[in-house]
Amino acid sequence: MRMGITRATLLGSAAAAAGLAAAGRIAGPAPAASPPPDAGPAAHGGAAHHAAAAGSVDPAANGFDPHAILEDFDGGVVSRDAAGRTVREWTIVAQNREIEVAPGVRYAAWTYNGRVPGPTLRATAGDRMRIRFVNGGDHVHTMHFHGIHPAAMDGIPGSGPGGLVHPGEAFTYEFTAEPFGLHLYHCHSFPLAIHIAKGLYGAVVIDPPGGRPAARELVMVQNAFDTNFDAANEVYAVNTVAFAYFERPIRVRRGELVRIYLVNVLEYDPVNSFHLHGNFFHHFPTGTSLTPAEYTDTISQVQGQRGILEVRFPHTGRFMFHAHKSEFAELGWVGLFEVTG
Amino acid sequence: MTAPARRERLSGVPTWLLALVPLLLAAALAAVLLGPGGAGLDRNGIPVEDVAVERTVLRPGVIELHVRNDGPDAVTVAQVIVNDAYLPGAGPLPLRLGRLEAGRLTAPYDWIEGEAYEIGLLTSTGGVIAAPVEVAARTPSADASFLGLMGLVGIYVGVIPVSIGMLWLPFARRARAGVITFILALTVGLLAFLAADAAVEGIEIAGTGSQAFGGPALVIVGAVTAFIALSGVDAWLRGRRRGAEGYRLSALIATGIGLHNLGEGLAIGSAYAAGELALGAFLVIGFALHNTTEGLAIIAPVAREPVRWWPLVGLGLLAGAPAVLGTWIGGVAFTAPLAAFLLGFGVGAIAQVCVQLLPGLRTGSGGSRGLSPLGAGGILAGLALMYATGLIAA
Repeated sequence: MRMGITRATLLGSAAAAAGLAAAGRIAGPAPAASPPPDAGPAAHGGAAHHAAAAGSVDPAANGFDPHAILEDFDGGVVSRDAAGRTVREWTIVAQNREIEVAPGVRYAAWTYNGRVPGPTLRATAGDRMRIRFVNGGDHVHTMHFHGIHPAAMDGIPGSGPGGLVHPGEAFTYEFTAEPFGLHLYHCHSFPLAIHIAKGLYGAVVIDPPGGRPAARELVMVQNAFDTNFDAANEVYAVNTVAFAYFERPIRVRRGELVRIYLVNVLEYDPVNSFHLHGNFFHHFPTGTSLTPAEYTDTISQVQGQRGILEVRFPHTGRFMFHAHKSEFAELGWVGLFEVTG
Repeated sequence: MTAPARRERLSGVPTWLLALVPLLLAAALAAVLLGPGGAGLDRNGIPVEDVAVERTVLRPGVIELHVRNDGPDAVTVAQVIVNDAYLPGAGPLPLRLGRLEAGRLTAPYDWIEGEAYEIGLLTSTGGVIAAPVEVAARTPSADASFLGLMGLVGIYVGVIPVSIGMLWLPFARRARAGVITFILALTVGLLAFLAADAAVEGIEIAGTGSQAFGGPALVIVGAVTAFIALSGVDAWLRGRRRGAEGYRLSALIATGIGLHNLGEGLAIGSAYAAGELALGAFLVIGFALHNTTEGLAIIAPVAREPVRWWPLVGLGLLAGAPAVLGTWIGGVAFTAPLAAFLLGFGVGAIAQVCVQLLPGLRTGSGGSRGLSPLGAGGILAGLALMYATGLIAA
């Protein structure tokens, strides 16, 4: 968020230069005491307002609900090839769509399948992934996957037909799911920043061959929107809608294993972060190892960086999670877990 | 068909109907263009969002924004952002404003005195309208103590200096004719400086607020209005032929200066209300010195005439008291378009006064239309004097 500001005018600065006390200056303000910023909503008690925006976003009008996106894993249409290997097929369509990203604020997004972030694709390491991409938008788009694949499947200009899919055209990306972990896909058309910032991205979960321990699984794609096109963001979130999980907390049970697939696609800002209140989590960077790298309550990620977080809540109640960059938090990237017994 | 024959044919049509025909055609054209399914003249491109924040009111724990839609299309304000944070309690939101429609947004916010705030209005299309608060200070309410304080300031910078300046009268009465000419020329220089100063300030202020009402053009409209109005007053005074010529000129000068001081008061009041002005002694002394010269301008035309004290008091009030009114308007009801118009009004009034004074400064009788050396010197001295005393107030 960026705005111009000018400093005091001629009269003001001259008066300051004169360095004289005001003649009968009006009394200063008497601001009411405010709760500490990190006290959490519980500390606010019955306060009419807490850190959020005015109003709320209607998921029905948007065509997607951040709460549904949270737990929506798309394994594709499954079949087996001659060698007996699992083949997963998806069709992804790029579409223009106006979405409400903060209460009352509409944004002309570019989407995969009408939602931002696009579908969370899920496969097991070694599966064959076949993604038919149809460009239903009005600009050249692609799908570029993070993973190990042939150059022709990289989805960037110069990589062949898959790197330049014109409006009305289609291309099928096909590769083997590797390595296991948490990855992402996004459009790689020029100009890259705009194609990403407008909403063309999504998560890819590649499970290890033996799977991971059973858990309540949640996908969070950290994103933001530059609504006034000044290469700085006005709205921040996970899964697009500012304050969505603050207005309606994510309900989890005490003691259950919660696994968060956290992907940062944030454009225009150099780094994003995730901080959890009242608890610590195990962090598996990129999810490529089954051994956690760190036990912490705060991690940071640059654009394209992602990681798996595993946590159990020992206490019931509401626990905040947000970017530990106050600006992002107060512009929408803040949510709550509601832990029940 | 010949032209006279055509005139003949229209002779039976009433004159008023002939006047109406073009108007009716214009109305019909507008109906065709704007009517349902009109001529397809829909606006090209995305809606223009142009919202002016006319006034920012800071009360303890509360920010209030007075906004006006300045653009051609309706605008909906969706969120209020202060220093990179949405204000959860801001309302009423969403706030839809039609063309030229005004509205108020109120938000609880624990602002800190003396700090700067970046306020942004996030519209439904994602546009951001910036409304910076340069120095946060409690906005005075129009209670008795504030009006009293502002009134006192107005008297300090308006009434008292002008009255002191008028005390040059005994000196002027004894002075030789050449000295009086010089003083009159000095007056023209003083006034020309004031006019230029007010015009620049008016245009500057007009650029800050709502542009829909004319922006800087308001300064010119105000100036022309005042010039014509004062010309009328002058003609009326001449027609009455009562009172001496000197009083007539003095009254005009006092009126012009009064309108100027209204603008000066406006600037002081609004700056003070916005917390941008500490009323230091230097400032008051500066304005006072600056305005003392205005008193000299008022008495110059009556230096050779018998005078009584009460019309002089009246003239002093006419010139000085508007500063009080200006501080009140500036402190309580300041808007950029109003200020621009009033400042322009002062410019026009002063220009009219200068036009009145100039003939007396020309060389001798008939022939040459140029300024006398004394006149030219006086005008330049007046400009220099105002510039110098202005430095103290600046």
